[in-house]
Amino acid sequence: MKLKTLLLATAASVAFAAPAVTQDAELPPCENCADTMTLVSWGGAYQTSQQKAYAEPYAAATGVTVVWDESSNEAVAKLRAMNEAGNVTWDVVDVVASDAIRLCDEGLARVMDPETELAAAPDGTSAADDFGDLLVSECFIPQIVYSTTFGYRTDVAEWNGKEPEDICAVFDLEAFPGKRSLEKRPINNMEWALLCDGVAKDDVYDVLETEEGVAQALAKLDTIKDQVVWWSAGAETPQLLADGEVVIGSTYNGRLFSVIEEQDQPVKMLWDAQVFDLDGWIIPEGLPEDRLNRALHFVKFATDTQRLADQAKYISYGPARASSAPLVGTHADLGIEMAPHMPTDPNNAKNTFLYNYTWWADNRDDLDAKFQAWLAQ
Amino acid sequence: MSSATTDAAISATPDDGVVRAADGTPLKKSLARALRREKTRSFLLIAPLLLFILISFIAPIADMLFRSVENNIVEDTIPRTVEALKEWDPDSDELPSEDVFAALHADLEIAVKQRIHTRLGSRLNYEASGMSGLFRKTGRSVRRMDEGNYREQFIEADEDWGELETWRVIRRFSAPYTAGYFLNAVDAERTSEGIELKPENERIYLTLFNRTLVMSLAITLSCLLLGFPIAYLLAHLSLRTSNMLLILVLLPFWTSLLVRTSAWKVLLQQQGVINDFLVWIGLIDDANRLVMINNQTGTIIAMTHILLPFMILPLFSVMKTISPSYVRAAKSLGANDWTAFWRVYFPQTIPGIGAGAILVFILSIGYYITPELVGGTSGIFISNRIAYHISSSLNWGLAAALGTILLALVMLLFYVYDKIVGIDNVKLG
Repeated sequence: MKLKTLLLATAASVAFAAPAVTQDAELPPCENCADTMTLVSWGGAYQTSQQKAYAEPYAAATGVTVVWDESSNEAVAKLRAMNEAGNVTWDVVDVVASDAIRLCDEGLARVMDPETELAAAPDGTSAADDFGDLLVSECFIPQIVYSTTFGYRTDVAEWNGKEPEDICAVFDLEAFPGKRSLEKRPINNMEWALLCDGVAKDDVYDVLETEEGVAQALAKLDTIKDQVVWWSAGAETPQLLADGEVVIGSTYNGRLFSVIEEQDQPVKMLWDAQVFDLDGWIIPEGLPEDRLNRALHFVKFATDTQRLADQAKYISYGPARASSAPLVGTHADLGIEMAPHMPTDPNNAKNTFLYNYTWWADNRDDLDAKFQAWLAQ
Repeated sequence: MSSATTDAAISATPDDGVVRAADGTPLKKSLARALRREKTRSFLLIAPLLLFILISFIAPIADMLFRSVENNIVEDTIPRTVEALKEWDPDSDELPSEDVFAALHADLEIAVKQRIHTRLGSRLNYEASGMSGLFRKTGRSVRRMDEGNYREQFIEADEDWGELETWRVIRRFSAPYTAGYFLNAVDAERTSEGIELKPENERIYLTLFNRTLVMSLAITLSCLLLGFPIAYLLAHLSLRTSNMLLILVLLPFWTSLLVRTSAWKVLLQQQGVINDFLVWIGLIDDANRLVMINNQTGTIIAMTHILLPFMILPLFSVMKTISPSYVRAAKSLGANDWTAFWRVYFPQTIPGIGAGAILVFILSIGYYITPELVGGTSGIFISNRIAYHISSSLNWGLAAALGTILLALVMLLFYVYDKIVGIDNVKLG
């Protein structure tokens, strides 16, 4: 019986691995694994990049049927509902780091062991060291580093040929008049406001923890409040910039890349004080054994050094492993070098802001109430 | 009632003053039994539907509403601590005794094993910032603690355990039921001095409830103003033309809500079609383009358009049943056009207006996606906050409390409407 399974597994891996032998020669067989797997992601260009870099090679190598669900946006609530109903239908879920922390706190995501469950780098560096500080939660396996940063139009007549050079241009209505778009939540906006109000980068969260600090940040935001269009979906700022509705606005760097490089709009990136954030996988708690084995098998494959570098061919987000960075190549369709478009590129990352996950996990509810009350005034 | 029973009733002998049926039972009893049988039969007929609604509609809603007061999590996760804390006086200036810390250690050891301590942290974080971090951090060090002297070890693990406020919060929210979510939902909180309104910079829900009601009323009114003439036209044109028009009314109804909302964005934004046109004809200056979106105006315009069919259809179906002879009669008795319309025609459309207004008002009070997309900050509704607490902050208790209040408000308005206009006067066709 055991021998038979082993033989079958070997036969299967040989049969399917043959066409993709260059990449997947070492993909070990998956024992007692489900044949289908449901992956949850964000849809759009981002999901396509995952499909091409991870899911298609994996399906080719293993013969697994991959089902996609575009629900990452409401993954936290849905996972909780599924968990309460005792019927978790998802196997691997793509979420941002702050959601991963929340899911982990709620006991809805499985705790991972990076040493045994994730692939080591080709040079033998352990996964834990390769990901380093980016493993912000025990349940979280990072894939990409993205940043929230500003894009501005290059054809604004009132600016008299000036171009914004630093983040405080956003708050400078005299030199750079026009509407701005900011995300309809306190995260990032409060930090930027304080940075431009003279608070040192290292003190931002200490200041924000006090009542006066919150008031100070909101007062700074007050100076531009009536010129701000607030967005809640990442696609809004690119659209607003393209329509000329706003002259400068924050969004995810990959969205701006597509406005600038793929759609050729008169827009430029302002990388100053970009805020790094992470996106990655979690595996839901409480999966049956065969599905869990499949999910673990997939995640180990999909977050290895080569796969993370492959994703950068399709979208301008930086791979989360240190060992993937040198492998980043050119864009699959446009043929341009991707490295200069990565938020992590040294030229872009001259002045970055580190988003404090655990601080926000503690203070988000409180600050959100204050921020929304301020918005509603 | 069968005729046999009636006959029997007539033929009953009235010797003891009781009317009897043919089998000798008093008529009253017999009648009641027959009625009961009838009722059971009809009840059994609707039982499947009733059961279905009960299971798939009423029960989930009740369950969701119940979450607004349910608070078992504290007692379930740290039962010994809750018990031990009962002896501590929250108004004292002293930290709880060593027994409490020992109980907390015993509770957390189990909770950490089951990985439920962080869940409790998230729950308490809704009441006091920093609790989720406190439990996450303490969870990591709890296993390494030595026996005895727990108070010092806990304070060493996180100094917040040495704060009185931490313990006050745990004690305040240790009961299995809480009014905390409802208080939050009306911008109030329970402090050591009793219930009071939150500081002004944190109040948001009362404003939102108020705004939701006022704007829903405005939307209902503008739907009525726009819908009435259209419905009138539809009811009085020849059948062929009115069918054409009816399709035009229904057409947007069949288009995706998101498409219609996005279309309004294209039309109303500052670089949008309407502004471009107004600048082109010189009515407004290029520098002073109108702001018609991402505010209340945008929400009212887009929602009026989206909800208009719900006003037109009931109005139309009521108007169609109004016989033209009434207006003719009024006119032949000397009324001018306006009097004939206002005194004779209009009162007969009230049931349609009532039905349309209720439909539009109740739909708009719970609207979510359109305000989110075109409402900016001043045009969002309470439902946007409910959605936020359901899907982002996971504070389902607060979402349930907000939802309960909204439901109660709608029912109250419905009741008032019934008292003033009368629900029997509502006609959908």
